[in-house]
Amino acid sequence: MGIPVSYYLILSAIMFVIGILGVLLRRNALVTFMSLEMMFNAANLIFVTFAAYYRVLTGQIFVFFVMTVAAAEVAVGLALMVAIFRTKHSIDLDQMSSLKG
Amino acid sequence: MLTEMAIFIFLALVVVASALAMLLSRNAIYAALFLAMNFVTVALLYLILGAPFIALVQVTVYAGSIMVLFLFVIMMLGAERLPGSEPLRGQRTLAILLGCILLAEMGLMFALRSGLLQIQMPPLAFSEPADLGELLFTRYQLLFLVTSVILLAATVGAILLTRGDKVSLRDLLQRKE
Repeated sequence: MGIPVSYYLILSAIMFVIGILGVLLRRNALVTFMSLEMMFNAANLIFVTFAAYYRVLTGQIFVFFVMTVAAAEVAVGLALMVAIFRTKHSIDLDQMSSLKG
Repeated sequence: MLTEMAIFIFLALVVVASALAMLLSRNAIYAALFLAMNFVTVALLYLILGAPFIALVQVTVYAGSIMVLFLFVIMMLGAERLPGSEPLRGQRTLAILLGCILLAEMGLMFALRSGLLQIQMPPLAFSEPADLGELLFTRYQLLFLVTSVILLAATVGAILLTRGDKVSLRDLLQRKE
C-alpha cells in the first residue's frame, strides 16, 4: 500500500476525537448516538488498516463483529430513546436526571 | 503513488468535514445525513485498503440500515422538525459544486479504466469475501454464533422496549393459553 499507516492513524484519531466531542457537547441524545457510531467507525478504520498492513484477515473479521454489535446496540438504544420520549416527551440528555441523588 | 495520495487526502478531507458538519449541525436530520456521507466515504477508504467485503457491509449495514433506523426514530419522535417552506441557503451552488465533483469522479474512473492513470491495487488474493467467509465459519464459528444470539437479544429487547404500555408480557402469555 502506498499510503503510510500513520496517515490512517491520524485520520482515525481525528474521527474519534470528533465523536468524543459530539458525546460531550451535544445534548440531543440522537446526535450523541451518532457520535458513538463515528467512534466505532474510527476504531474499525484502524482494524482494517492494520489488517491490510500485516496481511492478516483477523482484523476484518473483528470489524464484522463490531458492526454487528453496533447494529444491535443502535436498535436497543433507539428503542430506549423511544421509551424515554414516551415518558418525558423530550430526548434532551440534561433532562434525564431522575436517578440523580 | 501521487494519485493515490491525492485520492486519500480528498477522502480524508471529506471524512473530517462531514464529521464536523455532523457535530455542528443543529438539526438532527442533517446530522444523520452527514453521518451517512461519512460512512460511505469510510467505505471507500476500506476499498482502498483492500477490504471489499467490509466496505460493502459498511454501506449496507451502517449507511443503509442504521441510518434508516436513525431517520425513522428522528421522524417518529418529531423532536427536531425541518423548517417547512424555507429552502436551504446556498443549496443551488452546493448542488452544482457536488455535481461537478461527481462528474470529476466519473471522469477519473473512466481514466482509470482506460489505463491512463495507474493506481497500485492491492493483490486480489488478499481478503476476498470467500476467504473471509471461510475464516468466519471455521476459526471464528463460536463468535459468529454468539453474534446471532446478540442480534436475537437486541431484536427481542427493542420490541419489548417499544411495545405499548397497555399490553404486558403476562397478558401476552395468557392469551396464548
